[in-house]
Amino acid sequence: MLKDITIGQYFPGDSCVHRLDPRMKIVLTLAYVVMLFLAQDMWGLLVGVAFLIIAYGVSRIPAKMILKSLKPVVPIILFTALLNMFFIEGDTLWSWWIFKISREGVQTAVLMAVRIICLIAGTSLLTYTTSPIALTDGIERLMNPLKKLRFPVHELAMMMTIALRFIPTLIEETDKIMSAQKARGADLDNGGLMQRAKALIPILIPLFVSAFRRADELALAMECRCYRGGDGRTRLKQLRMHMVDFWGAAFVALCVAGVVAINLLVPR
Amino acid sequence: MEPIIRADHVTFAYPGYDDQPPRPVLRGVSLEIQRGSMVAVLGHNGSGKSTLAKQFNAILLPQEGDVLVEGMNTKEEDRIYDIRQTVGMVFQNPDNQIVATIVEEDVAFAPENLGVPPEEIRRRVDDALKAVHMYDYRRHAPHQLSGGQKQRVAIAGIIAMRPDCIVLDEPTAMLDPHGRRQVMKAVKALGEQFGITVVLITHYMDEAAQCDRVVVIDDGRILLDGAPKEVFSHVQVLKDVGLDVPQATQLAFELRKAGYNIPQDIISEDECVAAIEKLLEENHVHH
Repeated sequence: MLKDITIGQYFPGDSCVHRLDPRMKIVLTLAYVVMLFLAQDMWGLLVGVAFLIIAYGVSRIPAKMILKSLKPVVPIILFTALLNMFFIEGDTLWSWWIFKISREGVQTAVLMAVRIICLIAGTSLLTYTTSPIALTDGIERLMNPLKKLRFPVHELAMMMTIALRFIPTLIEETDKIMSAQKARGADLDNGGLMQRAKALIPILIPLFVSAFRRADELALAMECRCYRGGDGRTRLKQLRMHMVDFWGAAFVALCVAGVVAINLLVPR
Repeated sequence: MEPIIRADHVTFAYPGYDDQPPRPVLRGVSLEIQRGSMVAVLGHNGSGKSTLAKQFNAILLPQEGDVLVEGMNTKEEDRIYDIRQTVGMVFQNPDNQIVATIVEEDVAFAPENLGVPPEEIRRRVDDALKAVHMYDYRRHAPHQLSGGQKQRVAIAGIIAMRPDCIVLDEPTAMLDPHGRRQVMKAVKALGEQFGITVVLITHYMDEAAQCDRVVVIDDGRILLDGAPKEVFSHVQVLKDVGLDVPQATQLAFELRKAGYNIPQDIISEDECVAAIEKLLEENHVHH
């Protein structure tokens, strides 16, 4: 059933990674990304890999989830690895016609692949351990300073919340429309690409009409509940930093410091 | 006592499409809603009952005449949020009025908009959810709930605003019988436990019969206005405008037409049973 799909990739749990404040988690994820790009050699990246193993272990996210998140980026990883392998000059290991593979090329290719894998696995951990709502909340509050530049922070967050709220409703509706069209003899599963795309039209049109009607009614209901944008609005849930947030920050800071130290100390 | 809502010769027409003339929906409706009362507004589709409801919290403004909410004219633009906080509104489709992805956050939506401090929001949300018996579901996602439960969450979302009056626009029209009963229970509790004035727009006769006053609207005018017993005794008038009466009233009406001596003001099943028993006894004695 379409209805059973989960929104986002949230993997509910109660580990200390789950309990981190969403703002802190977003900042730490960004710090981790920066750290991966600071890491220049094998030792630096090893710190990144070690961090991942610890973080995934603590949050009890099954390792197969990493593979799942890596699947869509495999072509990118292969492509960059191949480019690096063939185009970096150095001691030639193997050559054929105009193609040459150098030792430095292989080294860079492996480092780059590991870096991309860490990047994807690290950022996925954020979405695995943070519910979409908490994520929206965190983003809204982190971007709050941008309000001074008239950036519509509250509006964006509200749009995201409403989108998340209506995804299950619209999926259910799509299901119903599909059944209704099938009952009238619509063939959705056979034929070529063009034919199948065309068969979607009688599903999308009623879906859009209904979505607009819903939007209209929702806007009315929001007005009735005195909605007038983000100014002067308070929130039921207050985000507060706890001890676990400081420990998390300290751990990431330690890793970043480790990478910087490796960069400075290991001769090149 | 000053009525909480006073509509004074309200006229309203929706603009016509293309070259069509505007379609008049309300033709000079005057109505007073007394504080603490529970009023049903009855009418068939297109009678103007929903349009009238939307006049009560300044969603629509009268083209002629005035609507006063606690003495505030709905045409005063700077009082609009005071008016909407005084008169809350619940709509027909529960799916299209829930904003947030978690029940308690949705109930918190209105107080958040009003800038209520977080601790006070917490208190209001808990109170409102307990009032509609949905407190145990506070951490659920709306799409996990049944229609009746969603509609009760929507009602809680309005209660949390602490309004003096709640207008419900056919709140049970999309629900199954079980959901309808649950929602009607919650609606009745509004008046009985919280002293909130209730205006219930409906086309279910049995729901109207549970209110203390019934206003029948037809073609933009008030046709009948009075206690349920009084209004439902005009069976023929109601039938002429395409409305039914409660089944018990209908039965009594048919019996009277057939020449039996049965009172005119029967609206509940119990009353009907008692009257028929009495009738049978009398007939027995005569034979």
